[in-house]
Amino acid sequence: MEVLRIMVLALVVAPFAMALFPALIRHDKIRAASVYICGVITMVLAVSVSFIWLISFRGEEISFDLPAGELINHVILVGDIFLMALVIYFCVKYKKPLIALLSIVQTVPTCAFELFAPGVKECPEIRIDYLTFIMMLIIGIIGVAIGIYAVGYMDGYHNHHFKHLTDRRSFFLAMIFVFYGAMFGLVLSRSLTWMYFFWEITSITSFLLIGYTRSDEAVTNSFRALWMNLLGGLGMAIAICMCIGIYHTVDIVDVVKNAQDPAMSSMTLLPVALLAFGALTKSAQFPFSGWLLGAMVAPTPSSALLHSATMVKAGVYLLIRLSTAMNGNDVGQMVYLTGGFTFLAASMLAISQSDGKKVLAYSTISNLGLIVACAGAGYPDTVWSAVFLLIFHAVSKSLLFQCVGAIENTTGSRDIENMQGLATRHPKLAMLLMVGIAGMFLAPFGMLISKWAALKAFIDAPSALMVIFISFGSATTMFYWTKWFAKILGSSDTRLTNKDYTRRGEYISMFLHAILLVGLCLTFPLISTYAVEPMMMDMYGYSSPVISDTNIIIMVIMVIAIFVVPGICYLFTRNWVDKDVMAYMGGANVGDNERFVDVMGQPKALRVSNWYIENWFGEAKLFLPSVIISVFIIVLSFGMVVGGAFR
Amino acid sequence: MIPVIYRVISIVAYIILAPLLGGLLDGLDRKISARMQGRVGPPLLQPFYDFGKLMKKQFLAASRLQILMIVSYLFFICLTGVLFFGGFDILLCVFSLTTAVMFLILAATVTHSPFSSQGTHREMMQMMSYEPMVLLTAVGFYLATGSFSISDIIRQNVSAIALMPGFFFGFLFILTIKFRKSPFDLSTSHHAHQEVVKGVTTEMVGVEYAITILTEWYENIFLLGMVALFFINSNPWSILVAIVAVFIVFFIEILVDNTSARVKWEMMLKLSWGVTLICGGLNLFILEIIKR
Amino acid sequence: MNINKSPWLLHYDGSSCNGCDIEVLACTTPVYDVERFGVINTGNPLHADILLITGGINTQNAEVVRQIYEQMPKPKVVLAVGTCACTGGIFKECYNIKGGADTVIPVDIYVPGCAARPESIIDGVVKATALFKEKADLYDKEETEMRKAAKRGNV
Repeated sequence: MEVLRIMVLALVVAPFAMALFPALIRHDKIRAASVYICGVITMVLAVSVSFIWLISFRGEEISFDLPAGELINHVILVGDIFLMALVIYFCVKYKKPLIALLSIVQTVPTCAFELFAPGVKECPEIRIDYLTFIMMLIIGIIGVAIGIYAVGYMDGYHNHHFKHLTDRRSFFLAMIFVFYGAMFGLVLSRSLTWMYFFWEITSITSFLLIGYTRSDEAVTNSFRALWMNLLGGLGMAIAICMCIGIYHTVDIVDVVKNAQDPAMSSMTLLPVALLAFGALTKSAQFPFSGWLLGAMVAPTPSSALLHSATMVKAGVYLLIRLSTAMNGNDVGQMVYLTGGFTFLAASMLAISQSDGKKVLAYSTISNLGLIVACAGAGYPDTVWSAVFLLIFHAVSKSLLFQCVGAIENTTGSRDIENMQGLATRHPKLAMLLMVGIAGMFLAPFGMLISKWAALKAFIDAPSALMVIFISFGSATTMFYWTKWFAKILGSSDTRLTNKDYTRRGEYISMFLHAILLVGLCLTFPLISTYAVEPMMMDMYGYSSPVISDTNIIIMVIMVIAIFVVPGICYLFTRNWVDKDVMAYMGGANVGDNERFVDVMGQPKALRVSNWYIENWFGEAKLFLPSVIISVFIIVLSFGMVVGGAFR
Repeated sequence: MIPVIYRVISIVAYIILAPLLGGLLDGLDRKISARMQGRVGPPLLQPFYDFGKLMKKQFLAASRLQILMIVSYLFFICLTGVLFFGGFDILLCVFSLTTAVMFLILAATVTHSPFSSQGTHREMMQMMSYEPMVLLTAVGFYLATGSFSISDIIRQNVSAIALMPGFFFGFLFILTIKFRKSPFDLSTSHHAHQEVVKGVTTEMVGVEYAITILTEWYENIFLLGMVALFFINSNPWSILVAIVAVFIVFFIEILVDNTSARVKWEMMLKLSWGVTLICGGLNLFILEIIKR
Repeated sequence: MNINKSPWLLHYDGSSCNGCDIEVLACTTPVYDVERFGVINTGNPLHADILLITGGINTQNAEVVRQIYEQMPKPKVVLAVGTCACTGGIFKECYNIKGGADTVIPVDIYVPGCAARPESIIDGVVKATALFKEKADLYDKEETEMRKAAKRGNV
């Protein structure tokens, strides 16, 4: 126990300390080495804390105080005020008074309540259970791998593409470590005040990361991210003040328990609703999706970090924590309708995008929508699928972002149209990209299982609207992934091959992801039995397999078949081909499949382009209506919660 | 649970008989279509002659990856049918079907041919049009019968259609898309329409095209099986009703095919999503209230 | 094997005056219904067995015809329909006309007429079908021998 306490302390504090190395070291090679070493230490620490807990406590939920907890409490109080000061500084510098006000409005009362409110119940600061275990592994492995990738990427970024930019790599890498610390702190804390502190750190760090290039666009987008996240923070702050003021507790377990207790008034739902609101902003649900889209101006590793393994997952994590309190009430309805609508709207918007990162951004929003919906419904089955979605999404999305980043560094473009025939030009990158895409949508992989469970659960819920959202959303999801996938696999002019600028560190990280993803697919029944079902056991007191054994076996067969069938077929048919011919272009090809004779009798390059259907699914057409509808959903449901509270 | 032996018999029967039946139905389709147009039409066994000929043609390859994708397409369609006729989970069938179509799309795009690329995008658009309704149909069965398992669905006391007429109509509507029949034969067509040459199948030569045709036979039998599923209940006579219904549906599809002109994809998307929302959605809401 | 029961056509319009093309289309109408013989007008060389050419060959389309012919898998038959496709017809002496289809690809069957009548076109198609079977048998034989030779080579 003592060992675990010290290790947990190290896990939370060490990344903050480690951030100093990249921040202070100016020499490229030494800094890279320091990042690698610190990254590996963080990863080892996270994995060992997780497994020490799993082995020595056999998966039992434990709560405890950290050594020097009192000191940390003071640090947190000071930290809250420091963060506020930081926000005010930036707001003054860029003349954004309203955002500064937003920060003051939430920080001052929270600190005041913490300091002066009487009779607050003692609560252990740290809790470890299966959900924490899963989150620690995700942050520890995926997050750290992104850090390792970042070193090589930023090198290529500054040396090959953006030579004119000020090189602030030290700052960038340092911020990544701060992020780790904040995320570990967030998932480990049981006390709401701790959670709030780490929550605010992620908001402000992401603000700094998005503004990395200091271009006008980056500054605008970073402030957008800041105000949206601070708005969520405000919700959280009010929830904390309510909890301290009315229920004299900062313990999230109590908050959930009170909300479930039929003896308590429905007032107890209000803090849950406010916390959930905060989570919705953080996980970029409509109407707050703007910040995530804007965040794409940042260098790719920060997109990968923010949108796959950490930042957005913080919101989802909180929702899963609250899910038992949201089951079958108005708060749950607010959350799952917002999530379901976001799933559909974002996947439609993704169709019209040809910028690879933009597609990934919309798909992130869309997937988070599904996770949010699952968590919001709060049934055991949906929570099960929410956790699986979270795991699969973290791995495959992180892989995808890294691939697109590497492709951009290598080919100079991240536009999907320019990825025609990537499989023949850069087979390694293309393969990784395809594994990632397959992980996101192909039948037997993660998304399917989770979508399946979600569909089942919402039929039982019952919520016909959600069933319709999911049916249409999965059709649109298919569309944008398939066309991207097809683009990569298509044939191309091999003369276009460029030099591959991808560093070894980047490949290590990407291959680690790919192996993890395939491994997860093959072992998901085991993960279900040994991690997710016990988690449901903790939350609901019972657990039942969501998908029957027969179906699981069939699905595993399908996963294997996807690789094996073409493989076997290759062995049998490789000698069949009698002759290679050109593709049919009305007989006008000029020697190959790339050019044809135009009306002037001259060779002209053939370009096949994907459909983007701007006038149906374009941002100009759909974005504003989506925001309006989602605002409507949130306002209406929130009104119902408040009304219910004061009935 | 249905005894394993029945499942095995049913699966084996599907694998062996589906191509025969599918081919025959295809021949029947061409014959009836010809008669509707006042022509004599090809012999009933014509599809088999075509198949045999294609198998014997020289194997030219516009892309060597294509055959791998096409065989995977065949495999997953067969798997869909096997899962269906083996009485497994209906949602799993739907997902397997989607995977299969994915492989068809990949097979068409690996060649960089303008015609098959155009066909591919129309195929994707078709997929986007029918996918919601297919999923909703599976959901409808679950709501109506309380199970996703096909072996349970067919052992209800009342046929599923009694509770899900809206789903049935919606499914019928998207069946036209799946059968590649006019007005929704956008991505490729069985007749001499040459707007995008042969759409997705443009670059498939000899054996490849033969396998694609074979796959379509398997797929058609699976789809007609879905139609039959609406009618079958615990009473053995219902199977007869189902067969009659399947033939009526098949005839309606041919009639629609011969009396309508191809529409643009916008129209297809609007129509099929509209029908899905109105028929499927309405039926879903009502069923939910009944079952609550 | 009934390979001759499924001859799929590819109709290529060279520098035809469209007279023969109209007659070719007439063959698929209810009056003549060429589909009786299993004929499908595919419009795709990769699926076609019989290349049906109308009109003469000019300098611009010579390459196209050659390419389309190359893209057709074996066994294949070429059918020249109309006087122009057979010899170049009245355009023969034009500055840009090379002559009949046989100036670029080997033609198997000639259907004369200006324009060729549907009856004679169908007659040509039926003859082409018979030839198609012959060629198919020959192709089969060649294939088997090639395979045998390859096997012996391997041993």
